[in-house]
Parts: sequence; structure tokens; C-alpha cells
Amino acid sequence: MSVRLDKPWLPLDEVQAGLPAKMGVFQLADATGEICCIGYAGGHSLRGLVSAVEEALERFPLAVSVRYEVTTAYLSRYRELMMLHQADFGHPAPTPHNDGYGRLSPA
Amino acid sequence: MDLELSEEQSMIVGVVRRYVREEILPLEQSLDPDADELNPEDKKRLVEKTREMGLYGLDIPPEYGGPEIDLVTRTLLAIEMSQHRAGLYAPCYGTFGGAGLAQLFEATDAQKEKYLYPTLKGEKSGFFGLSEPSGGSDPARAIQTRAVKDGDDYVINGSKLWISGADQADYGLVFARTDTDKGRNGVTCFIVDTDTPGFHVRRVVHTLRSARHATELQFEDMRVPADNILGELNKGFAIANDRLTRQRIPYAAGCIGVAIKAHEMALEYVPQRETFGAPLSTRQAIQWMLVDNEIDIKQSTWITLEAAAKAERGEPFRKEAAMAKLVATEAGGRVVDRCMQMFGGLGVAKDLPFERWFREMRIRRIGEGPSEVQRHVIARDILGASLR
Repeated sequence: MSVRLDKPWLPLDEVQAGLPAKMGVFQLADATGEICCIGYAGGHSLRGLVSAVEEALERFPLAVSVRYEVTTAYLSRYRELMMLHQADFGHPAPTPHNDGYGRLSPA
Repeated sequence: MDLELSEEQSMIVGVVRRYVREEILPLEQSLDPDADELNPEDKKRLVEKTREMGLYGLDIPPEYGGPEIDLVTRTLLAIEMSQHRAGLYAPCYGTFGGAGLAQLFEATDAQKEKYLYPTLKGEKSGFFGLSEPSGGSDPARAIQTRAVKDGDDYVINGSKLWISGADQADYGLVFARTDTDKGRNGVTCFIVDTDTPGFHVRRVVHTLRSARHATELQFEDMRVPADNILGELNKGFAIANDRLTRQRIPYAAGCIGVAIKAHEMALEYVPQRETFGAPLSTRQAIQWMLVDNEIDIKQSTWITLEAAAKAERGEPFRKEAAMAKLVATEAGGRVVDRCMQMFGGLGVAKDLPFERWFREMRIRRIGEGPSEVQRHVIARDILGASLR
């Protein structure tokens, strides 16, 4: 299993309504392909990834594509993605959440 | 033999019980069901509260500024502090402070200045790096991480697995083999700064646990000064073993607290919930589950308090600690499972804490020495020389 979220990017205007109503993590990218948000759909989300992405788009309206991973370990996976982003790009990813995370130096 | 709490114990237990119910439980309503931390403002407010209560830093020895609390009372408090959703792995979300790595109380003065005192002030945090991909139950044999002397330093190569908190730690205790011919007497404990070149947290290891995720570490030609040896060369296994034994008592206590809370929730629910025209509480099937819960909780509590009492008196307590860990973790799982069953569909929904307790309690039968290892420790003690 890859540490990074390496699934293909999907155009938001085509897939947003059909996102799974499940717990998981997601990344949003803008038109340049740069990640503009990392988030998760947790136990309080009303409709899983559908509602979590919807809420994230209110804060990050420039996003045009999404990729996601369904997982019940959403919190640790979200923290891992945030740490990976920091390691890969040298700065934190924008996120709608306040959860803390540490440092990774992935292989 | 007096099995009643003293007046002082009753008072302290009551204070902590009220704190959990009045401060922690209401906050949990708004947190994610898998959350393991409070927002910073709430954390700060509650830390001030526990300081005012005189109970901050429960595990810090009095000579280092901690409150004067005996081990039995400390165990009773651990039972109270775990009685909420995140209580098994994040009791009261750390608002009672921690002692950090207890092994550092035996460090040199210079090591204490650099690591212990900042940890006690909350400025630094550490991890405990014992388990490896090659094994964790038998660290004396399983440790393959090597530390080779080079001048005034040791160069460490190897890896660790299942290490909690390493991604956020400032330093850690890393156990490495310094003598390949001496088995358990060839392991040394090093204090390692996490910004040391060659120290890598490679990934998060996702498990059933919601809180305090585990990590995988890799050390590549990591140079650590010989001054950072904790204790003595080749005497690291004793440090690890002492920690494993002592940790079993609060580990067991946490399971008991969750079991008590789950059982309490079930006792409140079953008289209200009706099926086929009568409350669940009138059904023998339910009554017997509740009886078994009571017995499981009582047994676990007394065995764990006995271990704490022996440790407090300075008597050998290895067998009792193993029994406490074995009994409480297995009983805790049974109690949560029964309560989940009584709640039906709600029992497996994230709306209630049972599903998180069920997942996290399952880990308790494996972590800090699996049940099979505990039985091995007890067998060795009761059979003694005849086992060899």
C-alpha cells in the first residue's frame, strides 16, 4: 500500500455528487494541479466524503479536482497525508481541520 | 485486610470522577468520535484546573514536583480517568499531565537537564523505541538494531515498529544491540534527538486504534554520543523490562475504567429499552450479561489493586502485574462486547463510544506484552525452577 495518496485525480464537476457517503480522506487540487486542501470525513460528517468535500469547497473554492481514499482510520491517515505534504513540499497543506501532526521523512 | 477506600482516597477519587463527568464528557460531544486531543484553549483551561486541584503531574515523583500519591491511589485514579470515549489511549486528553518517560528519572544530571526537566515542563516529549519488525514480545532476542562504537559516538543502524508518538517527539529512548554475543545483556538504551541526521520516521502504521498512532522508524548511520547512553552499556534490557512490568498496572487500570463506564451505560439503558412489550432488563439473557460484567469488573479491579499494593510496598510484583494486565485486558474486551450487544445497532454506531472501545480494547490484549506472554511470565513464576 502506497504511503502517498496516488490515486488519479477526478474532475470535481463530474464526480462530486457521486462521492461515497463514507469516512475517509481526500485531497483537492486547483487548476494548476497544486494541492489546495487535505481533509477528512470523520464520524460526525453527515454524509461522509460527500459532505466533507462540500464543506471544504466553501473554504477552498478554487479546487477543480479531487482524489480520495475510503478508510475508517481517517484521522491517522489524514495526519500522515499532512506530514507527507510537509515533507514533499516543505510547507503545510491548507486544511479545514485543526488536528495536530508531527514529521515524517518518507523513503 | 481492609478493602475499603480511605477517606482521603474516596475524596480524591470523587474529585477526579466529577472532573471527568463535568469537564471531559461534555467536551467530547463536539469532538470527532476518533479524536485524541482537545482544542488548545480547552486543554489550557483544563490543565489549569488540574493544577488547582493539586493533581497535575500524577506520575511525577514528589521530589520532582509531582503530587504525593501512592500507587494504589494512582491506580484508582487511572480507573476514573479512562471513563470516557478517548479514555483508553488518551485518558482525560492528557490534562493531568504526564511524567514523560519514567526511565529518565534515573538519568545523569546532564541528561536530566536536557531531556527530563524540559519534558516535565511540557517543552519536550519523548517516545519509547523498543519493538522492531523482528519482534516485540521477546525484545532480548528480537532487537536487531545495532549500535557500533566509533570514537566518542555510537553509530546506529536499524528500524523500529509500532512506536507511538515518534512523529511528534523531540527525542526518544532507542534500544540497540551493542554486543551480539550476550543476548539480553548486549542491549543498550540510547537517548536520541529526533533531529539527528539519519533518524527517520518513515510512515504511520494505521491500526484499530484511533488515538496515538504508531509509526515505523529507520536509523541510517545515525550518530549518537556515548554520553547519551541511559544507564550503562549493555544494561538497557533491565530498563526496558522494568518499564514493561510497571506499565502493566496503569494499562490494566485503563481497561477497567472503560469497562465500568460501558457497564454503567448498559445499566442505564436496559430498563428503558423495550422489546416484545417488556424492558430488556427483565430478560434473563440480559441479566446474566450484566452479572458477568459485574464479576469481570470486580475481579479485574482487585487483581490490579493487589499488584499496585505490592509494588507500593516494594515487594516483587512481576507476577501480579502480569496477572492484572492479562485479566483486565481480556475482561475489558468481554464487558465492552456484551454492552455493545445490549445496545444493538446503536452499539456499533459511531454515535456511541462502544465501537471505539471495542476496537481499542482489542489492541490491549496484544500491546505491552500479549496475553500469551503474560501467561508465560506467570507460569515461570509459579512453576519456578521446575520449568527450566
